[in-house]
Amino acid sequence: MLVALSTPGAILMASSAGFGALANDAGMSLFNAIFMMGVFFALPAQVVMMDQLARGGSIIGGALAVALTGVRLVPMMVTIMPLLVRPPAALSRRLAAAHFVAITAWLEGLRILPHLAKHRRMTCFLGIGTGMVGATLVGTSLGFELAESVPQAFSAGLLFLTPIYFFLSLMAAARLTMDWLAIVVGAFLGPVFYVLTPGLDLLFTGLIGGTAAYVAGRRFDGILEEEE
Amino acid sequence: MTEGLLASPEGTLVILIVAVLAHEPFRWLGLYLGHGIDAQSEIFAWVRAVATALVAGLVTRLVLFPVGALAEVPLLIRLTAFGAGIGIYLGTNRHLGAGVFGSATILLAMQFLMQ
Repeated sequence: MLVALSTPGAILMASSAGFGALANDAGMSLFNAIFMMGVFFALPAQVVMMDQLARGGSIIGGALAVALTGVRLVPMMVTIMPLLVRPPAALSRRLAAAHFVAITAWLEGLRILPHLAKHRRMTCFLGIGTGMVGATLVGTSLGFELAESVPQAFSAGLLFLTPIYFFLSLMAAARLTMDWLAIVVGAFLGPVFYVLTPGLDLLFTGLIGGTAAYVAGRRFDGILEEEE
Repeated sequence: MTEGLLASPEGTLVILIVAVLAHEPFRWLGLYLGHGIDAQSEIFAWVRAVATALVAGLVTRLVLFPVGALAEVPLLIRLTAFGAGIGIYLGTNRHLGAGVFGSATILLAMQFLMQ
């Protein structure tokens, strides 16, 4: 449980406070904000969905964009599950562990679990996950309430936590050339599509920008290999 | 059509349905696939590029076209604080917390200085 008090826990709490402030700003009820934090437990999907609906976009469009952010959870699951399921765990525990997989718990899991005895890993990860969910629920409520009661300059600061946290997390997770290209291309295309095709802008930014980054990144790696 | 939805009980239902149908299944899929497939494969590299571009686009949308309290902050301050956050992150040997909190602090400080 102490993991919730560590640096990643503090960041998670602050970023969920940012989400709470955004939710308040978007006209969401406190209950829905907390409920959303719990059932999604993945901030990018939440912010995409909320921002989409707050700007009057369609539910289907929001759900598609949510799915595009959700696909990245598959490789995360594939890399962390081998650490957790030997010895085999009950399905209910596996499903619970799966729900905690999002960028922060995943990074912490990969960092901590290999140092533990195999039979202790699942229990420990469920503890980490529970602590993190708890921290985000408290953070969401705090951010939601603070956004209303603090001066405008402070709530602007709270709202700013989400974009900078997302962007630096992308930088932290980037490894391949194409990851860096995707960050730069996506950052430029986002506002362009927002003006050109509001409502579908995130879908287009992801699909077109991501595919372009993938193709260009693979070409670039190919060129490097030929030169060597 | 979606006016006021986010504050309503219907909104709660929409959140639950989207989470269960469009989000959680990817966690179940990863669970099912287990270690049977290579997490470094091409399809995942593309998936990661798409998700990365989408989130990067979301970030610039939030910074350039904010709604609410952040919209009251001049664009120049938003961009400076954002750039400073990246600078602090890189300058502190990639410390995520330093970058995030540093950036928000600079946004706050600049608002008071510019008043």
